[in-house]
Amino acid sequence: MSQTMLVQGNHACALGALAAGVRFFAGYPITPSTEIAEILAKELPKVGGKFIQMEDEIASMGAICGASLGGFKAITATSGPGFSLMQELIGYASLAEIPLVIVNVQRGGPSTGQPTSPSQSDVMQARWGSHGDRGVIALVPSSVQESYQLMIDAVNLAERFRTPVIFLMDEVVGHMREKLVIPKTTPTIINRRKPEPGELPYAPGPDGVPALPPFGEGYHFHVTGLIHDETGFPTGSPEVTEKTIKRLHQKLENNMDEILRYDELHSADAEYLIISYGCSARSAEEAVRMAREKGIKAGLLRLISIWPFPSDLIEEKCARVKKVFVAEMNYGQVTGEVTKVLGRSKVQPVLRVDTQMITPRQILEAITREGN
Amino acid sequence: MNETLKKYFRMNRLPHIWCPGCGNGIVVGALVRAIDKLGLNPDKTSIISGIGCSSRSSGYLNFDTVHTAHGRALTFATGLKLARPDLNVIVLTGDGDATAIGGNHFIHAARRNIDLTTIVFNNNIYGMTGGQYSPLTPTHSKATTSPYGHIENPFDITELAKASGASYVARGTTYHTLELINLIADAISHKGFSVVEAITACPISFGRQNKLGNAPAMMKWQKENTISVKAASKLPAEQLAGKVVIGELYRRQAPEYTAEYQKVIDRVTGGNGQ
Repeated sequence: MSQTMLVQGNHACALGALAAGVRFFAGYPITPSTEIAEILAKELPKVGGKFIQMEDEIASMGAICGASLGGFKAITATSGPGFSLMQELIGYASLAEIPLVIVNVQRGGPSTGQPTSPSQSDVMQARWGSHGDRGVIALVPSSVQESYQLMIDAVNLAERFRTPVIFLMDEVVGHMREKLVIPKTTPTIINRRKPEPGELPYAPGPDGVPALPPFGEGYHFHVTGLIHDETGFPTGSPEVTEKTIKRLHQKLENNMDEILRYDELHSADAEYLIISYGCSARSAEEAVRMAREKGIKAGLLRLISIWPFPSDLIEEKCARVKKVFVAEMNYGQVTGEVTKVLGRSKVQPVLRVDTQMITPRQILEAITREGN
Repeated sequence: MNETLKKYFRMNRLPHIWCPGCGNGIVVGALVRAIDKLGLNPDKTSIISGIGCSSRSSGYLNFDTVHTAHGRALTFATGLKLARPDLNVIVLTGDGDATAIGGNHFIHAARRNIDLTTIVFNNNIYGMTGGQYSPLTPTHSKATTSPYGHIENPFDITELAKASGASYVARGTTYHTLELINLIADAISHKGFSVVEAITACPISFGRQNKLGNAPAMMKWQKENTISVKAASKLPAEQLAGKVVIGELYRRQAPEYTAEYQKVIDRVTGGNGQ
C-alpha cells in the first residue's frame, strides 16, 4: 500500500535516499540541511546502514568517498559554507569516478550569509566550484514529493555514471511541509557495474563509464586524484590527460537522454515562456495561471536537471516564443546560461536576492510590462 | 628484494620516485614485513594514503589502495572502515599531511578510537615540494620557508595521538628496522586507533639545508639520539633531554568505534541488522 505523510522536503530527501539504497551518510550540522542528517542518524542503523557526524565537511566528503569505494551507496548533506569546503573532494570524486550524492540545501550567501533564508545562489558553484574541468550532474527538486523521487534518481545517476551528483535543494523546498506519497511499487534501482574479468578499473565502457568493483574482493585496484590511465595509475601523458578530461564531460553529455529531466506547463502555445527551477518554479507556475486568466499566453519550462545545462532543450522550447523570463533567486546565474543559448535580446531576468521568495505577481508584472 | 615479499608490491610500478638515501622505502619494507608476519589477507587489506612523498607508497603496494587528497587519508579511511569493518585499513601519511593540513582529521580519528593503523612517515619536512617547514620541523632548523631558522615549535606526534584518544602509540626509526616491523605489526593487531611515528631521513630536502650529512650519517643520528622506552624509564628526566624515545609508548584497551556502532545497529534492529 502506498503511504501518505506530511513532511518537510529534507525529510522526503532522506526517505528518498533510503529508498534508493543509500546505506552510508557522513555529514556536519548546518542550517538549513541538518534535518537530513538527523533523520538518517535515526533511520540508517535500523536498516543496517551507517551514519557518522564528521569533524567538518571536508572530512564528510572523504568519509563518503571511502564508504562508496567500500561498495556502499553514500551521501552527504550540507549548505553553502559546507558546500564550499566540500569542493576539493567533489573534484576528487569526479576524477576518481566515485559515485556519491551531495545534497546542498541552499541558503543565502556569500560566506555565512543568510543561514535560515532561501536562495538559489549555488547553481554556478555546483557546476564550477571545484577546480579543473569536469562534467557535473545537478538535479533540482521543487516540491516535497519531488525531493523524494528525484533523490532516488540522483543516487541512481551517481551509480550509473560513476560520478558525484549534486542534489540542489533550497531552504523553501527543504523546510516546507507538503504531502508526500510514497508509492507502493518498489522504485527502479541502479547499481554500479562491476568489471568483467580482466576489465581495467578505469577503462570506459562504450558509454564512457568504467566499471567499479568494491574494495575487499581481491581486485587490488588503485584510486588516485592524479590524472591516471585506464589502469588507474598516474601518468603525465598529454594524450591520456586530454582523453580523461574529455571523457569526464562526454560520459554525461553523450547520455543526456538518461540525465535530462524537465517539466512544462502551457509551453506549447506560449508567447512568453518562464524558465525557472526549485522553489522559484512554484511561483512561476502560479504566475502562468494568473497570466492565462488575463488572456496572456504564458508558459513554464521548469528545469529539473540543471547540469549538464539543457541548452538544446532551451533552444527548442524557446524557438517560437517572443520573450523568455528567467525567474531565480540569485543575481542571474541561470539567466546567464540561458542568454548564452538565446542571446541577450530575448531573455529577461526576474531575480531576487533579498532572501524573500519571488512572488507570482513579480513574475506576472514582468510579463505584463513586456506585453504592453 | 626478498622473493616472498614481492607479492605485496606492484612490481610493474617500481622503481619508486623517492630520492637517493630516502628512508621511505625502509618504512614500506617494514610495513610489508609486518603484514607478512601477521599473515593478513591481502584481499581484505586496504592501504589509504594522503599526498606527499611517503603517500606515494600506496601506488606501489598490491592491495586495494587509495591515494587521496592532501591531508584527507584518515577521512577516506574512516568512511571505508565504518562501511566495511571486515577490512584491515592502513593509513600511510607524512608529517605535514597528518599534522598540518590533516591535523584536525588526525585528532578526531584518534578521539573516535576507530580501528585504523596510521603510520606517520616523519621526515621533518615537506619533501615533495622541495623542503618547506612542516609541523615537525625542529625549531631553529632551516627550510626553504624558514631561511633564517625556524621559529615555531614542533608537535610531538605521539603525545598528540595519545592526548587525542589513540589507544596504541609507538615510535620507531628506519635505523631500528626490526623493531619498526614489530611496532607496525603490534599496531595493526591492536583493535582501535593506532599510530606509529616512523622517523625517516630526508637527506635531499631536509638534510642538505641543515648540513646533516648524507643518508648513512642521518641514520647514524637516529641510532645515537634515540633511547628505548625501557632504558628511558630508568633515567631521570634531565638525562633524557634531547633524546628521542622509541618503542611502544602507550597502549590501552578501549571501546572501538565500528564495534560500538555495530552495537547500536544490533540494539535498534533487535539483532537483525547486517
